[in-house]
Amino acid sequence: MSEHELRVSKIRDGTVIDHVTGGQALNVLAVLGIDGDEGLGVSIGMNVPSDTLGKKDIVKVEDRELSQGEVDIISLLAPEATVNIVREFEVVEKNRVERPERVVGLLRCPNHNCITNGEEPVESTFGVVEDGVRCEYCGEIIRSDIGDHLAVS
Amino acid sequence: MRHDHLLSAGQLTREDIEAVLDRAAEMAADPAGVAERHADRLLALCFFEPSTRTKMSFDAAMKRLGGDTVDMGTVESSSVKKGESLADTVRVIEGYADGIVLRHPSEGAAKLAAEFVDVPVVNAGDGAGQHPSQTLLDLYTMRENAGLDDLTVGIMGDLKYGRTVHSLAEALTTFDARMHFVSPESLKLPRGVQFDLHEAGARLREHTDLAEVLPELDVLYVTRIQRERFPDENEYQKVAGQYQIDAETLDAARDDLTVMHPLPRVDEIAPDVDANEHATYFRQAHNGVPVRMALLDELLSGEGGEP
Ligand SMILES: [Zn+2]
Repeated sequence: MSEHELRVSKIRDGTVIDHVTGGQALNVLAVLGIDGDEGLGVSIGMNVPSDTLGKKDIVKVEDRELSQGEVDIISLLAPEATVNIVREFEVVEKNRVERPERVVGLLRCPNHNCITNGEEPVESTFGVVEDGVRCEYCGEIIRSDIGDHLAVS
Repeated sequence: MRHDHLLSAGQLTREDIEAVLDRAAEMAADPAGVAERHADRLLALCFFEPSTRTKMSFDAAMKRLGGDTVDMGTVESSSVKKGESLADTVRVIEGYADGIVLRHPSEGAAKLAAEFVDVPVVNAGDGAGQHPSQTLLDLYTMRENAGLDDLTVGIMGDLKYGRTVHSLAEALTTFDARMHFVSPESLKLPRGVQFDLHEAGARLREHTDLAEVLPELDVLYVTRIQRERFPDENEYQKVAGQYQIDAETLDAARDDLTVMHPLPRVDEIAPDVDANEHATYFRQAHNGVPVRMALLDELLSGEGGEP
């Protein structure tokens, strides 16, 4: 274990999201709906030096595994992220995130005039395009600032 | 064309478009031949924002096919004001009619409506989104005047909020037209539309000055710059004059230039252009009826409903 990883404490059971794009750790927590009130043990490393990314963030969450929808959004915030499942201090599963084709119900359309922002019984739906996501209803594109449009926050 | 709904121009192939335009030309030439074609069928006109012309045009088209219309009336007088969702409204109206024409102030409204009903939905304008039946009549008019091949089209005015522009530009990509977009900086094409045009391999350029491209154009499509889009009156006054044309402006144009406008116009085309041989906008508006007849015929004849 390198000195850098030591900055973030080891966990017994839970999920380690590593190689998160520098600066995105708080958005990852927002995706997971974690604000501290849940009582989960959470450790964050921000702007930790990384061989591959220059600077990366790390998020460790105890006693919590991720849903596919959560992993999908994380893949858009942090395309290089890995999601590691930890049991009894051991990494038992290590997965690279994969960009999904669509994200449903997880983002809010930034176009205030989009029908999905009205009182309609539909979930927001975004198609994943080359450099962002695109609302399937109004065509609005979100590029770099996906973290600002989370429906959960 | 084998579609259940007409939601955006982007869903139409060149073959789809040509089939509707050909059918429209047939119907315009022989209206009596289709006068009973959709007898006993009802079309619901759901206009959540006012548009007298588009509504009357659909109304006339349906009646000329022998059918009839039911009209939701104005939003003020309907249950919409009581907070009913669009999804609920269209699910109720589906029970009254064989098709729904929807005009709504929010982008994506027609797509949402289509998800909740089984009858065909025609998007007659969704906010700043799309207005594909207008595009079909625009293309019909262009074909009559300039053909649809090897075309250089200038589109001028409010390109940001102009739904007719968004639909037209998307449809023109299927005809490999050269497109010149002329607008103030603040009213350029939105990035969603730019994205689609680039994806479709469109040949386009953007300008702030019409004079740069006017002499090259086969078609000049003018739209209104809305005063209310500008945060202050001075900003509006600065740009407005630059996007108005009159007979003198057109001296620099080719003799066979076609000038179009989806109407209503305010002051972006001076009255002295009306008598000019370039002017095609009233003819364009009239073309709405045969084109919408052809479109409704197509949609209402699908799904085992062949009359
Ligand atoms: Zn949207």
